[in-house]
Amino acid sequence: MKVIILGIVVTLLAFLGITGPDTAPVMQDPEGAEMLKGAENSIYYEDNETCFKCHAQDFYTLEDAESGLSQKRVMCQNYIVDRDEYYQSNHWSFACTDCHSWEFSNFPHPTAERLQDHFSCLDCHGYDEAYAQYHFEEIEEEYNASTHAEIEGFSCWDCHNPHSYEINIRTSTNLKETILYDNNICLECHGNYSNFRLLSDIDEVDVVVSHEWLPNQVAHFAGVRCIECHTSINDSILVAHHILPKEQAVRNCTECHSSDSRLMATLYKFEAKEQRKRGFLNGVIVNNSYVIGATRNYFLNVASVVIFAGLMLVLMIHVFFRIKKK
Amino acid sequence: MAKRFYLYPVWIRSWHLINAILFIILILTGLSMHYASMDNRYFFFTFESAVAWHNVAAFILTASYVFYVLGNIVTGNGKYYRIKRKKFMQKLVKQSVYYGYGMFKGEEHPFPVSERRKFNPLQKLSYVLAMYVGLPVLIISGFGLLFPEILVGQFFGISGLAYTSVLHATMGFILFIFMVIHIYTCTLGDKPSTLFKSMIDGYHEEH
Ligand code: HEC
Ligand code: HEC
Ligand code: HEC
Ligand code: HEC
Ligand code: HEC
Ligand code: HEC
Ligand code: HEC
Ligand code: HEM
Repeated sequence: MKVIILGIVVTLLAFLGITGPDTAPVMQDPEGAEMLKGAENSIYYEDNETCFKCHAQDFYTLEDAESGLSQKRVMCQNYIVDRDEYYQSNHWSFACTDCHSWEFSNFPHPTAERLQDHFSCLDCHGYDEAYAQYHFEEIEEEYNASTHAEIEGFSCWDCHNPHSYEINIRTSTNLKETILYDNNICLECHGNYSNFRLLSDIDEVDVVVSHEWLPNQVAHFAGVRCIECHTSINDSILVAHHILPKEQAVRNCTECHSSDSRLMATLYKFEAKEQRKRGFLNGVIVNNSYVIGATRNYFLNVASVVIFAGLMLVLMIHVFFRIKKK
Repeated sequence: MAKRFYLYPVWIRSWHLINAILFIILILTGLSMHYASMDNRYFFFTFESAVAWHNVAAFILTASYVFYVLGNIVTGNGKYYRIKRKKFMQKLVKQSVYYGYGMFKGEEHPFPVSERRKFNPLQKLSYVLAMYVGLPVLIISGFGLLFPEILVGQFFGISGLAYTSVLHATMGFILFIFMVIHIYTCTLGDKPSTLFKSMIDGYHEEH
């Protein structure tokens, strides 16, 4: 008896083939990966300190050269640039004055400069072979068709914080953290009314309430990104940017919870090739979570059908002999 | 020589009825989720309603399970489940041989039912395994899936969820197999309907 039980357990474990979590496959960044980020590697460190002197913390010193008077003043939260985040961001190697006019070296900053337009992503990245893999042009097209593009004053920079944005999903080694990072981008406005209000006049919408129809909301928001449901699938770019009107957002559970889960075309796009890894349908998902309906164990499913069929056969034979006896 | 005596008190019968109904709901909804498809082509529950029904049924089942365990302790019904080590293997073999061979030869039932012995050894073992191993594992893993943030995260790490889900589904399947066999063996009374009748009116009957 013990041997039989042990045998069953061992076979089951062998079927599962999972011995524990392992990390998602790493996408290597073809360029730049070997370049070490960080303040100590920036050639503009000293230059930037002239700005960070005021913009790195929640106060600055207001000085008057003529009278020699000086006083501490509050720096508005939105004007604070985190030094550490800055030197880890994509654009860490820049001087502040690469993007902002030289005139900002003077204080008070000239109003004319403050009203100047900023560069757009495409000004630097558009039609550049070096960034072809990102498909900037197509992203811009998608963005222009998205709901946000209609909003006055909205731009790529509103989601890609110029001083902290860092590519994530492409180089992710911890998907849960990437999901958190990406969702926080949206929650920067949709979870923070004071930011939201800068761009819209509508009353506060609590996203927790507007997603109440979704069970296990905590698990879902930690397991998928907002854009999984709010964008249309695009095959050629990694991160879909076409945010649809809310009426067209995904609400049908089986879009994700089924064998042809859209997660394979969104969140797990890059790893999707490894389908059926370890016998799991949509196997890559198992690294990070288990999506009922989408992640099925192929072997276990076959085994269950075989066992059930075998049982039915045995019972039928039994019935046959019972009838024969009568 | 007809035998007729009261064997299944009301509380067992009501628990059993509820248990059976819930179990069937859980299996159907569980399968609907496991084999969910975009067009709901396999089972008649949509994913959304399957989740809702499965959760509700699971909570009631947990309550009814607690009721069953307490009932067994309080009323002493638990004594029927006690397995005595001595010669248990031999007894199991004897019962199995009877089911597989002896009964076709018209042999006597090796462990006839009485007020002192409700279950034959095979029943005993399968009931104990199902009720005191299978069902607890199923319930605990189910709660782990319902509240992954408190349970799974702490004990297993990242993909503990996958592990728990597979355990839950596998155990559900095993208990489903138990149920099929259980229902089938319940047709092995005097007449195929006899044992079902006794689970309804409480009286065991033999001729
Ligand atoms: C003496 C402190 C101080 C220094 C040095 C300083 N800033 Fe400022 N900066 C401020 C304050 C205060 C504001 C808020 C607006 C205001 O009061 O003029 C501001 C606002 C800004 C703004 C936002 C303007 C707007 O209206 O959108 C930018 C951009 C900016 N600074 C860039 C820079 C850059 C780049 C440097 C370095 C070359 C720099 N600042 C150096 C104090 C300073
Ligand atoms: C890659 C280009 C780029 C670099 C480098 C850059 N900025 Fe900016 N910065 C921008 C853009 C674009 C905006 C406008 C953001 C927006 O519209 O939301 C901005 C806005 C600001 C603001 C106003 C905050 C706001 O939200 O409007 C301050 C202050 C600022 N930058 C300071 C700095 C400082 C200090 C540095 C250097 C440490 C720096 N910037 C480096 C592109 C850059
Ligand atoms: C002023 C020009 C400029 C602007 C504006 C600009 N970038 Fe960049 N960007 C660069 C340069 C140069 C690099 C390479 C930096 C390095 O590796 O040190 C870079 C790097 C990147 C990278 C990382 C590429 C890699 O292979 O490591 C991404 C992603 C990126 N930018 C996205 C954006 C987005 C999105 C925007 C708009 C929100 C934007 N950039 C705006 C010049 C710019
Ligand atoms: C509504 C928010 C939002 C807006 C607006 C937005 N993006 Fe993004 N973008 C994201 C998110 C979220 C990601 C995923 C970040 C990650 O994990 O790397 C992303 C990723 C990217 C990437 C990296 C994709 C890759 O292949 O690794 C590029 C490039 C990019 N965006 C460019 C743009 C450009 C250009 C615009 C404006 C035309 C823009 N984005 C506007 C949210 C936005
Ligand atoms: C499982 C899919 C799904 C996910 C994940 C999801 N949403 Fe939604 N979201 C929807 C659907 C469907 C609606 C439309 C709800 C309605 O109209 O009742 C919606 C509505 C919204 C609305 C409009 C609310 C209103 O009432 O006007 C906003 C804003 C929103 N979502 C933001 C987010 C943000 C931010 C995230 C990530 C933290 C997110 N969503 C994640 C499916 C999703
Ligand atoms: C910079 C702020 C900001 C960020 C970041 C942002 N949004 Fe929005 N979003 C808005 C504003 C403002 C509206 C328009 C509300 C209105 O006026 O109807 C909006 C509207 C929406 C709507 C509703 C569209 C409709 O049909 O009414 C959805 C869905 C949405 N955003 C999703 C997202 C997602 C997903 C992200 C992250 C990828 C995101 N947003 C990031 C500010 C933001
Ligand atoms: C955007 C894809 C997506 C959609 C749409 C979606 N889910 Fe999920 N769901 C997931 C993922 C991913 C997980 C795994 C979460 C995790 O790893 O913790 C999950 C987990 C779950 C769980 C189990 C949570 C747990 O604790 O194990 C339930 C129940 C669930 N979803 C029900 C639903 C229902 C009901 C709907 C439709 C109303 C739905 N889901 C729509 C992606 C989705
Ligand atoms: C529709 C499904 C079911 C039917 C028709 C059914 C039928 C019966 C019958 C007829 C008996 C009497 C047993 C006998 O005399 O041998 C019985 C007993 C029993 N059944 Fe079921 N059953 C079902 C489902 C289940 C399920 C799902 C479980 C547990 C998971 C279960 C557990 C038990 C137990 C533990 C007993 C013994 C009760 C006692 O303590 O007296 N049954 N069942």
